[in-house]
Amino acid sequence: MTINIGAIAPVAPAAPAVIEAQKPKRSLGTLPVSLATIAAIIAAWSLTSAYGLVSPLFLPSPLIVLKAIYSVAINGFVDSTLAQHTVASLLRIFAALAAALVIGIPAGLAIGTSRIGKGILDPIVEFLRPLPPLAYLPLIIIWIGIGEASKITVIALAMLPPIILSTAAGVKSAPADFINAARSFGATRLQILAQVILPSAIPSILTGTRIALGAGWSTLVAAELVAASRGLGFMIQSAAQFLVTDIVIAGIIVIAAIAFLFEILARLLERWFVPWAAHR
Amino acid sequence: MSVLSLQSVSLAFRADRDSRETRLVLDGVTLHLASDEFIAVIGRSGSGKTSLLNLAAGFLKPTSGRVSVDGADITGPAADRAVVFQDDALYPWLNARDNVAFPLKLRGVAKGERRLRADELLAKVGLESAGTKNIWELSGGMRQRVGIARALASEPRFLLLDEPLGALDALTRTRLQQFLLKVWSESKTGALLITHSIEEAMLLATRVVVLAPNPGRIIADIPASFGKQLLSGKSLQDIKISPEYRRLHDGLTGLIHADSEEEAA
Repeated sequence: MTINIGAIAPVAPAAPAVIEAQKPKRSLGTLPVSLATIAAIIAAWSLTSAYGLVSPLFLPSPLIVLKAIYSVAINGFVDSTLAQHTVASLLRIFAALAAALVIGIPAGLAIGTSRIGKGILDPIVEFLRPLPPLAYLPLIIIWIGIGEASKITVIALAMLPPIILSTAAGVKSAPADFINAARSFGATRLQILAQVILPSAIPSILTGTRIALGAGWSTLVAAELVAASRGLGFMIQSAAQFLVTDIVIAGIIVIAAIAFLFEILARLLERWFVPWAAHR
Repeated sequence: MSVLSLQSVSLAFRADRDSRETRLVLDGVTLHLASDEFIAVIGRSGSGKTSLLNLAAGFLKPTSGRVSVDGADITGPAADRAVVFQDDALYPWLNARDNVAFPLKLRGVAKGERRLRADELLAKVGLESAGTKNIWELSGGMRQRVGIARALASEPRFLLLDEPLGALDALTRTRLQQFLLKVWSESKTGALLITHSIEEAMLLATRVVVLAPNPGRIIADIPASFGKQLLSGKSLQDIKISPEYRRLHDGLTGLIHADSEEEAA
């Protein structure tokens, strides 16, 4: 093959275009397939209802569920509107999350940095972690009553293990050189903990928080089924008792939508607060 | 003038977790680094070069012997002995300027002054415009320059350089060698450089120390003046073709090579 110099010359100005083309394109990935799947499920659901294959008592049509969401939003159900039920649930989740972070991060730091801390806290975490929260909910109610405090406590307890364990794992993932560098600049133990180990652990703590939100959300709905006068779980439970299936399904859809929003929020937080985690 | 001293220092590690057997990594090493010297330590892998630096930094404690600064035994790492790492060890959650300012922050220097000083140091390493850049946006060579600026911010009496140029490409490496030489000559600190490269050791150091492996021990401690010649304006090419450079290069190569033959026999 011969190379013609005249042919090479025009290549240079074209080079930027080549670079542009090599930039990683934002791929749609599985999104189109996922959207098609959702559309298919809704279509199947609509057809099932439209041809009366299943009684509306068991499976109301998508349109009726939409109407139920609208009706609960405007007129409410069991003495509260959808917004009030949602806010009641969200307040519990965020109060529990705050408590779990305040307790869980220092506990995780203690496990990750101190032999004694690990010795003390490991058995407690390992006892709590595999327990289904609903197993200890009755005990919590005996101890601190049936009010908000018991629900928040149970949710926080469900959130604690993932936060503690992810913090401890994050602490251990801090590179030895990061710590040695700080030591060679004369850092004290406390400075190393606050300015090297804790920042190193933040990506892992955020991942733990995401898992904790999932665990907390499922515990919340269950806790509200047992004892509450407001909240999405309570709304579903009450609707089920009256066989108002459209509101049951409406509640499930709202809960799923909120969980989905949590997930998106968590990912945005990761992108804003720890952009460097992707470049480690 | 300060002196960092290792006196008949030996270091033994346990061979593995469960055994009582120990492996001698360094055997009776004595080395004095004055704060106007640049010592380069060369030797093959396993000769204990990095262990030597870790002892000087205070990251490791000697099994026997003393490590001291001006006669006082060291108790651990301290700000008078700043380390530059092979994997730069820059904090990715801080931008370039805040990385450089990190040692000042530890010392409680006020924010405004910290920034000013960090920007000065960044200018000194030729990165005045990179202050607000994220670490992952910088090239390997730039990152090492930030690492060196950060170590200088600590105002150490000794710079401990753990193969800082080892991971760089050849061209960047040559440029950074001359840069490092200039920074050292202006900083009035003692430098201890661990390196695999005989050439790098010869061009930068005022003394080249050769370690032999199994166990690590000093087999040569040779003065060199090529760094001084470079600083006084002599060209790299002229230095490299000079008979004295060739002679020392051959000598050092022989020392390292002879040792590996002895092992093979």
